[in-house]
Amino acid sequence: MLAKEPTLTPIAGCTDVLVGLHFGTTDQRHFIDLWGLDELRGIANLKVLRIGALATFTDIIASPLVRKRVPMLVAAAREVGGAQIQNRGTLGGNIANASPAGDTLPVLAAAGAVIVLRSASGERRVPLAEFYTGYRASVRQPDELITAVEIAPINGHQWWRKVGTRRAQAISKIMMAGVRGRQVRVALGSVAPTVVLATNAAAVLAGGGSVADAQAALHQEISPIDDLRSTGEYRQRVAANLLAEFWRETNA
Amino acid sequence: MLLTINGKKRRLDVPPMTRLLDVLREHCGLTGTKEGCGEGECGACTVLVDGVAADSCLVPAAQVEGCEVVTIEGAAAKPWGTALQNAFVEHGGAQCGICTPGMIMAALPLKAGASRDEIKTALAGNLCRCTGYISIFNSVEAGLKTRLPRRAKVTRARRR
Repeated sequence: MLAKEPTLTPIAGCTDVLVGLHFGTTDQRHFIDLWGLDELRGIANLKVLRIGALATFTDIIASPLVRKRVPMLVAAAREVGGAQIQNRGTLGGNIANASPAGDTLPVLAAAGAVIVLRSASGERRVPLAEFYTGYRASVRQPDELITAVEIAPINGHQWWRKVGTRRAQAISKIMMAGVRGRQVRVALGSVAPTVVLATNAAAVLAGGGSVADAQAALHQEISPIDDLRSTGEYRQRVAANLLAEFWRETNA
Repeated sequence: MLLTINGKKRRLDVPPMTRLLDVLREHCGLTGTKEGCGEGECGACTVLVDGVAADSCLVPAAQVEGCEVVTIEGAAAKPWGTALQNAFVEHGGAQCGICTPGMIMAALPLKAGASRDEIKTALAGNLCRCTGYISIFNSVEAGLKTRLPRRAKVTRARRR
């Protein structure tokens, strides 16, 4: 259907789509409802952890597999809205919606997650870090569906922090996910048009450099703006603080 | 479309992207469910869909076909809902009242002996501008204590 009608927007939990429709902030009028596709809902441990695109945040929080393998994803899922949103919102939706403030995106970037895209002509895999091309833009073609997320075993400590106005029900001012093991990976949300994998800052830390040098590298890697939730200056400062906190609270 | 609302089978003819909130209030006359923000921030429109709490302003009609929806009216007709309602009255859990139906619906899936932390987590998606929440948490805690064995079935398998 998507191949024949590229204007169709796939919908799942609708926690963003219905807001756009109700307040007239979206032009989309043609939808294809995926909510009933239980095939896309499962969470399975194959060689990699495979989370179906329709897995809700509640599914993720409740999954012993995700808790064990990617606890930072569980931590992020707990901070998505409240129970009502967690019960409906899906991981695939969070990715497809492509908001710079998508709560799970820094976690998926830091985890080296791979997005599984499927169309009538086949399947392809794109690392999350290469999935977005700009503000709310991605490499997903109109005839492609996000069917799953795959996460290979993660070595090392996982760390997650979301800074918002309120613990629950707040859209983030800034958030950071980090992995500290053989490799160091740091990803941030709400600091640029799309999620940022801070490879330079991570390389400084991994190479035994000082936190101050890593903070200086991070400063160049993000481009936060002033908006109704926060200011660019505040976000730069908190990003630096979060990086220091990540390094202080984890060990190799 | 066919669905069950508060135990009664209903046949409704509505556009597929109509908000469940509007289906309930406009088409079914069930005005106990309140609209607060219309964007999933406040939880005032919380209902149960197949036993799971959801903001009815964010659920399209197409996704409740064949589902069992329970609103505050349905909850109030059952002992487990009445117990919570009475607790809100006794413990000052309601002031202006606009958030109260949503608070009660969000609390319904909780187990009888739920801890304060579990109550806070369940109600994290519900905003109140009057009470400061303490009396709401107290009300829910008291309501859950007096409640008869739970009848709200929390099924996670069957979701449309």
